[in-house]
Amino acid sequence: MQTELWNDAAGGFHPVSAPDFLPEARLQEVQLRRLRAVVGRAYAHVPLFRQRMDDLGLTPDAIGSLADIAKLPFTVKTDLRDTYPFGLFASPMGDVVRLHASSGTTGKPIVVAYTREDVDVWAEVMARTFAACGLHRGDILQNAFGYGLFTGGLGAHYGAEALGATVIPVSGGNTERQIMVLKDFGVSALCCTPSYFVHLIERAREVGVDLRELPLRVGVFGAEPWSDAMRAHIEAEAGVKAYDIYGLSEIIGPGVASECAAQEGLHVFEDHFYPEIIDPETCRPLPDGTEGELVLTTLSKKAMPMIRYRTRDITRIISEPCACGRSLRRIRRIGRRSDDMIIIRGVNVFPSQIEAALLEVEGTLPHYQIILTRERGLDQIAVEVEVTAEVFSDKIRALEAVRARLAQAIEHICGIRVDLRLVEPRTIARSEGKARRVIDQRNI
Amino acid sequence: MKLQQLSLFLENRPGRLGAPLEAIAAEGINLMTLSLADTAQFGILRLIVREWERAKQVLEHAGWVVNLTEVVAVDVPDRPGGLAEVLRVLESAGLNIEYMYAFSLRRGDKAILIFRFEDPDPAIDVLKTAGLHVVDAEELFSHFP
Repeated sequence: MQTELWNDAAGGFHPVSAPDFLPEARLQEVQLRRLRAVVGRAYAHVPLFRQRMDDLGLTPDAIGSLADIAKLPFTVKTDLRDTYPFGLFASPMGDVVRLHASSGTTGKPIVVAYTREDVDVWAEVMARTFAACGLHRGDILQNAFGYGLFTGGLGAHYGAEALGATVIPVSGGNTERQIMVLKDFGVSALCCTPSYFVHLIERAREVGVDLRELPLRVGVFGAEPWSDAMRAHIEAEAGVKAYDIYGLSEIIGPGVASECAAQEGLHVFEDHFYPEIIDPETCRPLPDGTEGELVLTTLSKKAMPMIRYRTRDITRIISEPCACGRSLRRIRRIGRRSDDMIIIRGVNVFPSQIEAALLEVEGTLPHYQIILTRERGLDQIAVEVEVTAEVFSDKIRALEAVRARLAQAIEHICGIRVDLRLVEPRTIARSEGKARRVIDQRNI
Repeated sequence: MKLQQLSLFLENRPGRLGAPLEAIAAEGINLMTLSLADTAQFGILRLIVREWERAKQVLEHAGWVVNLTEVVAVDVPDRPGGLAEVLRVLESAGLNIEYMYAFSLRRGDKAILIFRFEDPDPAIDVLKTAGLHVVDAEELFSHFP
């Protein structure tokens, strides 16, 4: 094994990374044992899963090999919504030590649960994530992921502590304070969304701080798609090595997959999260190397096992050996999704939510369009709404009130502030068939 | 005693004002006056035309959302203090003006004030009681050949 690459920056090996290097046969042995256990657990404690298994005439005994996972029913995002808030829990609340939530499709959040063991696994995979990104004991990590219901902040926090790094729990926002901390605390690593970091670089330059002159050497970025061009920009402008990490609340939060020093795909921590790629149309499994929708099964989750969860993220599995020596398979960086969910500043927004808000205010659905841009590194969302006879008035004040009500309704349902623009009737392009509701000009 | 005013929604960007005006001009409809209220983002074009029904139809057919509002026209002598006198009357009656605009007639020494009230009828009573001249559509348009 190429131990020198395990923790390239520090040269030290952290035992938390040991599972990254399991021989393939041993890894599959662990995966099968855990898969059988988690299927048994979900079957015993999650009525929805049991019902679906029964409908297919399956019992947990159907899992004789890893390939048998293809027999199991899928779980989709709406299952979490339909069973809101606690319907998919497999543990009694007495064993649940943490709840998190993320936005769903109808304004109701999706709630996820963790037992003590789940929190420990989460800390482990996030420690492995940071180790793969070259962090080690002695590093000072500025954690600018949001703390709270969002899984990013606390997920990164526990992981960095488990690795032995020093965490500054600065949370998201307040860019001036972020810059002060970066400058004064000897910060060597920072994690946040990539778009926020680009903003931070620009703001720092405005106040005369050149990040390249600071001890900062590693950036760990996730929670939204970003491009290689953006990485090149970040690395050049901030003098850091920028790593992409992947995760989702439904599975655990951040910590599902991470890049390593090679930066050629993200290693999936597949001893805990079993990846498959399926054709999103036919739902048939696809072989490694073929692009399709990523499906994940939590192999060790206790409070909320997810069996064959359809992530809607489009990628492919890279099974060839990695230069870093990790035996974990990789996924290619994720650039798009198979559904219409928009991720903006780490918040999931669905056009259906915007529609619901417009409908609530106007009574009927006006023609509208969502425009995504990236200004000074920050994602911006604008919603253009055609003025209808129902809301139009000869008074400026009345129209401003309509605009404010629409913006408030969207903020209330989606949890995000949008630039709401009233536009003239018939100015938004009509399309035949499925309307093109989202114009993404972010050039990710 | 009330006038029909047409209002149109316009985006605040170059070229938007011309399109509706061209549409009604192409139909041979003459404008009596107009006013434009705007914010950074959008504007409201308000039109007074004799053939308001036809103008409304033309504009709606061309895709605009047209709002019809009753406004009140008052004529005053075209000299300093003409407007101030009317405003004093309205103020002392506690009447709130949503918005107003004014223009001078080509012939004669009159200026016409157009007022938008939330409720025009009590306002007309107040104006008349004060001895002011509320102009109806027929009289107003008689100034225009």
